[in-house]
Amino acid sequence: MRYVRSVLPPVLVGVLSVVLWEVVVTAGRIAPFILPAPSAIWDQLVEQRDNVVDAALASGTNALVGLVGGTVVAVLAALLFSRSKLLSDIAVPYAAVVNALPIIALAPILNNMFDSTSSLPRRVVAGIIAFFPVFINTLRGLREVDPTHRELMDSYAAGGWTFARLVRLPGALPYVFTGLRQASSLAVIAAVVAEYFGGLQDGLGARITSAAAFTAYPRAWAFVVGACVLGLVFYLTTLLLERLATPWKSRS
Amino acid sequence: MTAVSIAGVSKVFNQGRPDEVTALSDVDLTVDSGQFVSLIGPSGCGKSTLLRLIADLIDPTAGTVTVAGKPAAQARRDQEYGIAFQQAGLFEWRTVRRNVELPLELRKVPKAERRVRAEEMLTLVGLADFAGHYPAQLSGGMQQRVAIARALAVHPPLLLMDEPFGALDEMTRERLQGELLQICAKTGTSTVFVTHSISEAVFLSDKVVVMSARPGRITATVDIELPGRDEAARQSPAYFEYVTAVRKALRA
Repeated sequence: MRYVRSVLPPVLVGVLSVVLWEVVVTAGRIAPFILPAPSAIWDQLVEQRDNVVDAALASGTNALVGLVGGTVVAVLAALLFSRSKLLSDIAVPYAAVVNALPIIALAPILNNMFDSTSSLPRRVVAGIIAFFPVFINTLRGLREVDPTHRELMDSYAAGGWTFARLVRLPGALPYVFTGLRQASSLAVIAAVVAEYFGGLQDGLGARITSAAAFTAYPRAWAFVVGACVLGLVFYLTTLLLERLATPWKSRS
Repeated sequence: MTAVSIAGVSKVFNQGRPDEVTALSDVDLTVDSGQFVSLIGPSGCGKSTLLRLIADLIDPTAGTVTVAGKPAAQARRDQEYGIAFQQAGLFEWRTVRRNVELPLELRKVPKAERRVRAEEMLTLVGLADFAGHYPAQLSGGMQQRVAIARALAVHPPLLLMDEPFGALDEMTRERLQGELLQICAKTGTSTVFVTHSISEAVFLSDKVVVMSARPGRITATVDIELPGRDEAARQSPAYFEYVTAVRKALRA
C-alpha cells in the first residue's frame, strides 16, 4: 500500500503530461520541428528500435567504461589525498574549481588527439566528468571521522591500515555513493554529448545530430528518448548498488 | 592488588604556547582491584583528562600511570581495559553483534568464539534479541548498553567510563546504573567512572573522588559504604548523608 502511494502520483503525473502534450501538439497544429507529438516519436521509436538499441549500447558502454574508470581513480585519489590534512585542504578547492569548468569542452580536443575510429575520447571525457563528484564526496567522507570512533580504535591499539579498513572506508561508503549518483547521470550525458564534437559516430549523440540534420525530428526525438532511458538505467542501477552496499542506511 | 595507580601526574595542554592550559596538577590516585571509583567535579576539572590518561589515549606531562601492574601504554596494547564514552560510538555499518565482536576481532579471536562471547555479553545487557539489528534501529539507552557490552567483550579487568549515561533520561539512567553494578559484581571488574551527577556517583561507587578546576586536582575522597545497591539504598538515610558529604566537598 505504501509502495502504491509513493509510486502512483509520479506515474499519474507522467501519463497525464504525455496525454496533454499529445493534445496540445495535435490541437494546436504545432510544427514537428518545434515539437513532435508523442505518438509520432513512439512510431519512430518502434521503427528504429534496432538502431536505438545499438546506439544506446555504444553510448552506454562508453559511459560505463568512463564511469568505472573515473570512479576507481577518484576513490584511489581520495584515499591518497585524505592521508594528509594539508594535501586535502589544497585538493578540495582545486577539485571544486575544475569541477565547475565545462569539461565537455575538452571533447573536440580529445577527438582530435585520437584516431577517428577510437572510442577512447568519449570514454575519457565521461571518466573525467565522473571523477570530480566521486572524488570530492569520497574525500569528505574519508576526512569525517567520529572522534569517539577514533578514541575507541586508539584504545584497541589499532594501526593505521586497520583503522582505514574498519572505520574510514565503511564510513566513507555512503559518501562515495552520493558522488556516484551524480556521476552516473553525468557520465551518460558526457558520453552522448561528446559525439556532437566529432570522433567515432556510432552512439546516440551522433544519431540525434544526423536525424536533426535530415529534418527527421520525430526520429531525433526517438534517440533522445533512448538517451533518457539510458541515463535512467544508470541512475537506478547506482541506487540499487547503494542499497545493497549500505544495508544499514535503508533499515532504520 | 591495585587496578590503577597514578602517581604525581600532571597534564598541560599546548605547553609553551599562549593558550597553555594546566588540565591536571599533581594527581595521586589508587583504584583497588574490584573497586568502583567515580570521578566527580565541575566542567573543566580534568576528570575526563584523567580517564584518558589511564586509557593511554593521551600522555601525562609528568608522573606515572600504572594499569594492571604495567605502564599504561603496555596495558592499552594488551587490552587490559574496556572503555565507554558519553556517545555510544557504535559503528553504524555493523550490526549490534558485530559491534560487540569488534574488539575480539582485533584480538584475532576465532569467529565461533567471537560469536559465543558477543552473545553472552548481549545477554548480560539484555539485548540478545537485537543482535541482528543495526545501531540506528535502537534507542539511545539500548545503544549505550551495546557500547557497554562491547567494552566488556574482552573480559577486561578494568572498565573505564566517561559519562556513559550522560545523554540518557533519568529512568533509563537509573535502570542502567543498576544493571552496571550487577555486571561489575558478576564479572569482578574494577571501574573508573566519570560523572557530574552526585547521586549517580554515590549510588554506584565504593569511592568518590572529588575534583576541582583550574588547575584540575583532587580535593577530597569520600568512601561510600552502603548496605546494598538497590531501590532501598537510594532511599536510605546513609545514602543522603553521602550525597551531602560529596556536595559539601564539591563546594569547598
